[in-house]
This record gives sequence, structure tokens and C-alpha cells, in this order.
Amino acid sequence: MIEKKLQVFIDGIVRYFEHTSQPTVNVGSPYLIRNIEDVSADYTGEIAISGAYEGACYFTAPSVLVRHLILSLGEQDTSEEMMKDTVGEVANTLSGNARKELGQEFIISVPRVHAGAPSAADMPSKDRMYAIPITWKSYKATLGIYLTQ
Amino acid sequence: MGSMMKSEHETRFKLVATAANGEEALTLFMEHRPEVVTMDITMPNIDGIECIEKLVAMAPGVKILVVSALNDKATGMEALERGAMGVINKPFTEDDINQALNILIDD
Repeated sequence: MIEKKLQVFIDGIVRYFEHTSQPTVNVGSPYLIRNIEDVSADYTGEIAISGAYEGACYFTAPSVLVRHLILSLGEQDTSEEMMKDTVGEVANTLSGNARKELGQEFIISVPRVHAGAPSAADMPSKDRMYAIPITWKSYKATLGIYLTQ
Repeated sequence: MGSMMKSEHETRFKLVATAANGEEALTLFMEHRPEVVTMDITMPNIDGIECIEKLVAMAPGVKILVVSALNDKATGMEALERGAMGVINKPFTEDDINQALNILIDD
């Protein structure tokens, strides 16, 4: 059921932020969106999913959240390159961690990072996707999940 | 990505190189001959599993710590079977990675 799959990602979000110096995170209820463009912020990390599932995982966040995340991880470099790398890493971690529950055939790609939203050509077509709202240190981000089996 | 380190007496580790992909990791390994390598699995060009095989073939004594978001047991087992000596899953804290590296060196 989709709820169980979404819970895997919700648990992953909580687990990710537990490893920062500010572990408290609020994960809201998933809701349907047309595509990640509807909720995209300053940076979007994208992971393509293949194998037993087809789809994509997106982590999109504003600059301020990413900057604070970098600092909370003990890094001082908040350059554009580091911001993009961090967003990609978050998307990579959240999708990679899903494999424990979804199985070895849940294959993830190398992350791609976009300023803003991915281009329309890169979006999963036709079907809508789920957005999981995240609030960390009063900053808002979104994890976008599109999965078909 | 992969990071390569040599152990030093005072700080235990010195970062000598960082690679953005598997091909670069192999090139930098041949140049620096580090004692310890941290290796991601999901990488462009050559993935971490293939990279581990090639590094171990070049230097059987190299200590490789897999650092990966792929936290399923099968991936960890495959990495160990190919020659990695440890696996730590993302996310981790600085203490986690330091402990894993120290265990690798002290083994």
C-alpha cells in the first residue's frame, strides 16, 4: 500500500535530521501534487528510481535551510557547490535508506541537483506525485515521491 | 564519492584525496597509495562495488570503509564480499565515522 511506502520515507526524514545538531523535525502528512515544480524551492536534489519500482525522489529546500543544515553537520563551507552537494546528499540518503524496506531491486541513481525545479522534460509524466512537507528549525522543505510498481 | 587517507601518529588520519566518481578514485589511488579509503556505492562512471574490486586487486592490504545510503543487508554483504572491511550507512555523525575508521585501523 502506498501509505506504507510513504511511511518508509517519513521515517527516513526523521532519521536523517536526528543526525544533525538540531534533531527536532516536523514531518507533515503527505498530499498529492501535480509535480515537484508545485513545491520547488531554491535547490532540488533529484534521484531517479528504477528496477522493481519506477519513479523519482526529490528533496527541495530553500537556501536558508540548506545553509543551516550544512552548519549543523559541522561544515563551514556554504558555497553554492556545497549547497548543491548537500541537497543531492539528502535526496541520496532518503532514497537510499528506503532500500532496506523496499528491497534490493529498489535501484537509485546518482543524484542530480537543480536550482529551483527540474525541467519539465525530466518530470514523471501524467501521474501526480506525493509531497511530504518538512519543517526544520522553522524552515520548510519538501520531499517529493513518485513511485509506480 | 571516495576519500583517501593515510594514518598519522598524532591525528590518526590525513585526508590526501577526494574523488567525485569511481574512475577518479582509481586514478587518485594509484597516485597517492592511501592506506584507508572511504567509498560510496552510488557513484557515476564506475560504481563503488566495482571500484572496491579494482582497488583490492591493486592493493590487497588497503582498508576500505563503505559509506553508503544503501542500508539493505545485501548491499553491505556484497561490498564486504568484494573486499571492503567495513560498512557505515548514511546518515551518520562525525563520532560514528571516526569510530568506524578507528575500528578499521585497529583491526
